[in-house]
Amino acid sequence: MRLSEVMMMETVTLTPKAQPDLYIDAENITPDAFAGKTAEEIAAIHVHEGNQTGLLGTYFEVSGKGGATAAETKIVIKGDVLRVKYIGMRMTAGEILIEGSADMYVGAWMEGGRIHVTGNVDAFSGTGMKDGELEIDGNAGNYLGAAYRGDWRGMQSGTIRVHGNAGSDIGTFMNGGTIVIDGDVDVHVGTHAEGGTIIVKGNGKSKIGGQMVKGDIYVFGTIDVMMPGYVYRENVDLEVDGTKATFAMYEGDMGERHGKRKGQVIYGHIYQKY
Amino acid sequence: MAKIVTDVVCPFCGTLCDDLEVKVTDDNKKILEVCNACVIGTEKFLHSQAEDRLKVPQMQDEEGNWKEVSIKDAVEYTAQTLCNAKKPLMYGWSSTNCEAQSVGHEIAELVGAVVDNTATVCHGTTLIAVQDVGVPSCTLGEVKNRADRIVFWGCNPAHAHPRHMSRYSIFPRGFFTGKGHKARKMVVVDPRSTDTAKMADVHLQLEQGRDYELLSALRVALRGAPLPETVAGIPRETIQDVAATLKSGRFVIIFFGMGVTQSLSKNHNIDMAISLTRDLNEYTKAAIMPMRGHYNVTGSGQVLGWQFGFPYCVDLSRGFARYNPGDSTSNDLLRRGEVDAVFVLGSDPGAHFPISSVKKIAHLPSVCVDPHHTPTSAVCKLHMPVAFVGVEEAGCAYRMDNVPIETRKVVEPPEGMVSDEEFLKMVLKRVREIKGVA
Repeated sequence: MRLSEVMMMETVTLTPKAQPDLYIDAENITPDAFAGKTAEEIAAIHVHEGNQTGLLGTYFEVSGKGGATAAETKIVIKGDVLRVKYIGMRMTAGEILIEGSADMYVGAWMEGGRIHVTGNVDAFSGTGMKDGELEIDGNAGNYLGAAYRGDWRGMQSGTIRVHGNAGSDIGTFMNGGTIVIDGDVDVHVGTHAEGGTIIVKGNGKSKIGGQMVKGDIYVFGTIDVMMPGYVYRENVDLEVDGTKATFAMYEGDMGERHGKRKGQVIYGHIYQKY
Repeated sequence: MAKIVTDVVCPFCGTLCDDLEVKVTDDNKKILEVCNACVIGTEKFLHSQAEDRLKVPQMQDEEGNWKEVSIKDAVEYTAQTLCNAKKPLMYGWSSTNCEAQSVGHEIAELVGAVVDNTATVCHGTTLIAVQDVGVPSCTLGEVKNRADRIVFWGCNPAHAHPRHMSRYSIFPRGFFTGKGHKARKMVVVDPRSTDTAKMADVHLQLEQGRDYELLSALRVALRGAPLPETVAGIPRETIQDVAATLKSGRFVIIFFGMGVTQSLSKNHNIDMAISLTRDLNEYTKAAIMPMRGHYNVTGSGQVLGWQFGFPYCVDLSRGFARYNPGDSTSNDLLRRGEVDAVFVLGSDPGAHFPISSVKKIAHLPSVCVDPHHTPTSAVCKLHMPVAFVGVEEAGCAYRMDNVPIETRKVVEPPEGMVSDEEFLKMVLKRVREIKGVA
């Protein structure tokens, strides 16, 4: 018997009703916090507006109930939550569906489970992500899947998929996992990366793979200015996220330190589609 | 008769020159002459003597009419504004002493405010880079006595830090630099031909916004790896020559300014410059230093650092310190409408912030504490004039190389004027009463 057949998935629906004057920190909107709770108990969970502590029920109509565990809890947010930060922060399992757009830090430091946003998300989404899935149908802001300030361990594992465009500084200090952007990206992709894969299906700008130690970046469209530390090696035929094509392979960043494996220096790679 | 006060510290820029001599009247009330200071520093001292100086707090009503109020009313309005806000912003702190900053932070902690200093539109990106990759730095004394390869990247000390080159970086004859500027090589990287660039041995006139690429190219050249024909508009050979020049020095110092911290790539430029400095240490001694602007912006970072662990944009609204530039920085907070009151001390966001942010200040309960009537006072509800720190009030300030220097009191402030610290202590007392923690 498969695990999903044993699990009793329960759904909690949050319908935004009151706009906060400022912005609210809602790091408690996670399957982990909602698991095992009734609608009344969920409505009494704390959210923070500046220095004031409020209740989730003040801002959202809550219906349904949480499952027995985080993995058995699905949260549906009906509508835009443009003034709500930290949705799904540190979640370990379960599912969140946002039927609209959300503000900063969606799925920041998430460790498992799945978040699907049908609209856009602002900056710092998927910051320091450890595992799980984050899918955004619209656009993502800056610092998608990047490390928190000063942390040299950025995204570790998991998948981020954006169907629109993404901002600057995506995948900074990335160590593992995959980021796929269907649209264009702004400057700085995979800066300081030491692993992981970034696929940009639209155009890149410049400063791609700067200070990259290890890792792979694929760009299907144009690159305005290539970093000076990248050297063209050869053309390679690859299948990348379902697309078969010939790519020009560059190695770098030559200005950065690189490790060795079996006597060979391991570089970071940029693959640009012809 | 007049007397001369010696060893006065100049409260203008981050160079904190400490050799000024100021001639004052015998009753310590008036400054007659300022010697040794640059033209900007002199003006700072003399401006405190202006006849039309504001001495009484003023409040602005909704129609824009100003009326004079008492200091007690000013304290009451400030305390009430901060206590009633859900997320007040307390911005500035760079043109005051560390003692005042510390009192301000105590208020911020009590009311759950965001404390941000001018680094947010200046060297904040430097602080981000330092967190990401660390920083090999030194003091200006080491520069004077040892440095023989001087790089000015995206800064123009000839105008912004007028005495920097004569006191520390280019001209002084130090212990191991007896030949002064004759034995120093000066490299300036700037897209414009500035007065600093005109003095340089090598001026790399790069394309605007390509500092990150050029810094990376220097690192590639240091490792002897191949380079493209030109990077940022600079020929490969020139880049390799500059790399060789830096390598051959006994002590390399890279000074950098707003040309790299606030142009495209921001913190990444500094990150790369620090990495270049680290790489240079494989061959010789190298250090890097930001050209800090306000005389005590470094001190604000220091005080915030030891009190809360972060050097700027510290969000205390949840009762513990949080920090993330891009989220808790003043302009992001104002632009996005995340704060509901603004308190400004020791800075002029009205003149330096984007108009979208300034408009937000104008619509919020707001206080401006400043000796001058500034563009910020014009949009604030309350203007509180105070004594000039470093002229009429002593206190600790940090130089750009993180050396603390005690500034001196040269003259008495006008009758009845309070200092930043005294005003903040009055506000703190009132805040404690309102919050019931007295």
